[in-house]
Amino acid sequence: MSPHLILKVVAKMLIPLIALFGFYVQFHGDFGPGGGFQAGVILAAAVILYALIFGVDAAKKAVPESWIRIGMSFGVLLYGGTGVATWFLGGNFLDYTVFAPHSTHAAGQHWGIFAVELGVLCTVTCAMLAIFYAFGSRIPELSDEDW
Amino acid sequence: MGSSPELILNLGLMAMLIVVAFAVVRMRSLFAIVMLQGVYSLLSAAWFVSLDAVDVAFTEAAVGAGISTVLMLGAMLLTDRNAKPISVRQKMGPFLIVVVAGLAMFYAIGDMPAYGDAMSPANAYIGAEYIEATKREIFLPNVVTAVLASYRGFDTFGETVVIFMAGLGIMLLLGLDGKAGQWRAKPNGRNICTSSPPARKMASALEAPVATKKRTVKKATKKPKSKTAGTKS
Repeated sequence: MSPHLILKVVAKMLIPLIALFGFYVQFHGDFGPGGGFQAGVILAAAVILYALIFGVDAAKKAVPESWIRIGMSFGVLLYGGTGVATWFLGGNFLDYTVFAPHSTHAAGQHWGIFAVELGVLCTVTCAMLAIFYAFGSRIPELSDEDW
Repeated sequence: MGSSPELILNLGLMAMLIVVAFAVVRMRSLFAIVMLQGVYSLLSAAWFVSLDAVDVAFTEAAVGAGISTVLMLGAMLLTDRNAKPISVRQKMGPFLIVVVAGLAMFYAIGDMPAYGDAMSPANAYIGAEYIEATKREIFLPNVVTAVLASYRGFDTFGETVVIFMAGLGIMLLLGLDGKAGQWRAKPNGRNICTSSPPARKMASALEAPVATKKRTVKKATKKPKSKTAGTKS
């Protein structure tokens, strides 16, 4: 019998739901509350829950450190790249209207916000995981007296 | 504050916040304190919802009750379980500051706009403009997203870079494997990290060409045994 069996079973059930909710918050952020920052933290929380229950090493196999390094930089580059793209299309920095100048329902704005929020999601998720990995790797497995 | 059920809810949430705050101050179990801080965040998130600040509530619940609790848990496991007792005289200074700051806040309450006041500075000038223009220019139901990502896209870019810098700083200082630097914390007498820090490895590598083989070998065998090794470098 492995220790904390109930925790493991419950966590396995919850983690996909948490991740799904994170994506809902991300892509529904234009219509309801939420956005890249919140979704990023929720996605990171899903991985952190996994790490808390199954150990940091198992979490590092699921989400390797190289993903974190790449994702963190990719998010900032995507955000900044969106601004640079608006330059090349003849607009000001982060003026999303140039993506679809003739749209009657501001489709350019929607595309711009989508790209920018995706960048925020990548950076926030990976930065939170970086902080957790950095500190979590130093901590021994939770001993029973700490619970 | 509107109808009386809402008032009762608000009063109940505020009362619980105060109770939790006092419990955090008075308690001695670190694990319970960390958990109570999560409870505090969750309660304030519920209170933000009742104030119709859903986006703020969302962030508070995710960051305050979620990530912060985990990070505090990690910090708790790395700290000592015992602290030096503080005499009453040493507590007087901070207590005086708290009292003065609290009185100043109570004094300022009179100048605060009423809840939901349409003429308050936050709602009147540019806020009203954003709410009005979002319908016309962005076509998004969530004004917060429109302001955050489009009207104030520049600021949000800065915020994203700040988070990136925070992650980068942590990576550079600690590394993702937790082996960077010298690490000697011993909660409950357990050694947390016994591996030698990269800085020492580098120092011995630089030394190696000049020094004899014997010396470096001796050093390497010594490392895992001595608990205080590496403090000088």
